Amino acid sequence: MFELKDVSKTFTLHNQGGAVIEVMSGASLSVRPGECVALTGASGAGKSTLMRMLYGNYRAQHGVISVDGVNIVQAAPREVIRLRREVLGYVSQFLRVVPRVPTLNVVAEPLLALGVPTPEAKERAADLLARLNIPKPLWALSPTTFSGGEQQRVNIARGFAHSFPALLLDEPTASLDATNRAVVLDLIQEAKARGAAIIGIFHDEAARAQVCDQEIDVTGFAPSQAA
Amino acid sequence: MTDQAYNFAYLDEQTKRMIRRAILKGLAVPGYQVPFASREMPMPYGWGTGGVQVSAAVMTTDDCFKVIDQGADDTTNAVSIRSFFKRTAGVKATTRTAEASIIQTRHRIPEDALTESQILVYQVPIPEPLRFLEPRESETRKMHSLEEYGLMHVKLYEDISRHGHIATSYAYPVKVEGRYVMDPSPIPKFDNPKLGDCPAIQLFGAGREQRIYALPPYTQVISLDFEDHPFDPSKADHACGLCGAEHSYLDEVIIDDAGGRMFVCSDTDFCRSRQEDGHKGKDAA
Amino acid sequence: MTDHALLSVRGVSKRYGRHIGCADVSFGLYPGEVMGIVGESGSGKSTLLNCMAGHLTPDAGEVFFDTAVDGPRDTLRMSEPERRMLSRTDWAFVHQHARDGLRMGVSAGGNVGERLMAVGARNYGVIRDSAEDWLERVEIDKSRIDDRPTAFSGGMQQRLQIARNLVTGPRLVFMDEPTGGLDVSVQARLLDLLRSLVRDMGLSAVVVTHDLAVVRLLANRLMVMKSGQVVESGLTDQVLDDPQHAYTQLLVSSILQV
Repeated sequence: MFELKDVSKTFTLHNQGGAVIEVMSGASLSVRPGECVALTGASGAGKSTLMRMLYGNYRAQHGVISVDGVNIVQAAPREVIRLRREVLGYVSQFLRVVPRVPTLNVVAEPLLALGVPTPEAKERAADLLARLNIPKPLWALSPTTFSGGEQQRVNIARGFAHSFPALLLDEPTASLDATNRAVVLDLIQEAKARGAAIIGIFHDEAARAQVCDQEIDVTGFAPSQAA
Repeated sequence: MTDQAYNFAYLDEQTKRMIRRAILKGLAVPGYQVPFASREMPMPYGWGTGGVQVSAAVMTTDDCFKVIDQGADDTTNAVSIRSFFKRTAGVKATTRTAEASIIQTRHRIPEDALTESQILVYQVPIPEPLRFLEPRESETRKMHSLEEYGLMHVKLYEDISRHGHIATSYAYPVKVEGRYVMDPSPIPKFDNPKLGDCPAIQLFGAGREQRIYALPPYTQVISLDFEDHPFDPSKADHACGLCGAEHSYLDEVIIDDAGGRMFVCSDTDFCRSRQEDGHKGKDAA
Repeated sequence: MTDHALLSVRGVSKRYGRHIGCADVSFGLYPGEVMGIVGESGSGKSTLLNCMAGHLTPDAGEVFFDTAVDGPRDTLRMSEPERRMLSRTDWAFVHQHARDGLRMGVSAGGNVGERLMAVGARNYGVIRDSAEDWLERVEIDKSRIDDRPTAFSGGMQQRLQIARNLVTGPRLVFMDEPTGGLDVSVQARLLDLLRSLVRDMGLSAVVVTHDLAVVRLLANRLMVMKSGQVVESGLTDQVLDDPQHAYTQLLVSSILQV
């Protein structure tokens, strides 16, 4: 499902003297359906950068990033848009939504974008919110005012609303209590069971051990210092 | 007799030819507003300068001329225009609809049916029916040329939303031969049905606005409406107090200081000839 | 995936004397996509929008639109009646200032109904029902249907303009700074409304704005313009989070954080 070959990434800072910062080179990995891979490495090693490249949020300078057969590095914007709508889900650490939209709608949105009828989409959203222990009175409120942990869970619910065949999870269990952490791990297990390919960043080692089949240390993708 | 200081019917021949060309174009494209170089006339704008120029352009020495103002032959405006042409063209004048070959009118169509040998000349204050909703002339011209008339129905929609019915009671917009939307001048909507399929030639002159438009005989003229709010040429629900006519357009006349009133035909010639024929209304002396 | 672009812009250029309005702009917009165009004042984004929408005639280029009846047609070479018909049916244009897009002397219901009457609706009851329906969809109480827009707040006027534009079910909407001049809280409400309308009606849109927060929430694709040229384009979040061009980097780093 995910297939990376020799991916490299540089940032060119035009407004700071044209400095070129190489952040990654020669990254290759492969994730099959039903498999969960954890990215590891010290802070700053490039885990989040790689996640963003996998989502098409950062542009790779070189190599192939193939998701479900689409090479994101070369694909036209509309192909990536379709991929994100139908195939590739992303749970980021930060919630970015239009202010004032009710939580239930925020969670249902990925389904509505796919053309799922509103009642059905909202029902699925309600199930997930209930499962993630977001109190019902909050569903009608905008999540922008929620606590960090609540926002995180809304983000997870949104990411799992549609059964994406490919999922990117950035610290899905951070800032969650034991109960909700268990719920999230269950959701991940269920996704794997239905055949989703998952790439995640987990600082929580126990969680990693529980759901991940493989660990990849991104330190190995750091550009060689020799040059 | 003709006042020798002036050309026949006041305007010089070149001007009359220019106006006739505009009239012919108007007849060829019914409902289309033809621009023309309106002349200064010896009367103020708003007193029928457009109608007078059209009348002058179509007038011959054999014509018999009638002028009505709100249906009446004896108002200041009607009297002065009639005497203007008696003096400058030496034509016969009449107050009888049937005798007249040219009838210049302000705000009415005569009650008696017109014939193929007659020309009805309307005085028009504002020829552009779209003006009140779209003030830009460049835009209204484009709307006419492209047949974009949705705006006209917006006006009728506004009427219904505010009054529960189409409250426009005069200058009620019409569509001519399925093409141009036209302002029929401020005639009451009661007169609208007489515009269509009329044997007489109908000419419209707007002096200040410099426009002429026309309806050739037997032209299809349809008043705009909605399916669920059809056009209704209503009138006061009374009979004429003088001649007893039940299907003529009526003026309401206050007759004393105690709120007394009577309804009389607005077409004075029609009312008088009915009375001469022995018809009598409830208020007749 | 549909292979037909709804709108194909090819080599559109417009000069104002020696000054360049926009130069050689090309892109394709596909059904359901929202394209944001950002840039500072004078960058040519409004010129480009007006060239596409038929308000300005470009000096060169083509603007193909996939018409419902005849397939792709170059709208710049259409006859004026055809283009005006298009702008009343398949196209919509939302102006920055609602008063430019509304008839201020006509009631809210009349404003919404105008496009329907323009395409031949002649049943008052039906027109009124759809006006009421649309007022509700843009969150204006239907009891305000007979009020004139002059009695509305800025946000309501903008929502009324949107209802007036969308009532005939267009497929492509051009928007010029649709949230400009509105309070921040009103902006959020409008953005949410636009997002759901775009999604529910399957609309495509081209949105010109200088507000990067607006494009991030509304547009899935982005073009960055400077001095009449497109300097960068791509997925909205990619352009904003990993800008490649010097100007885009400057633009993104210049946003004040709250």
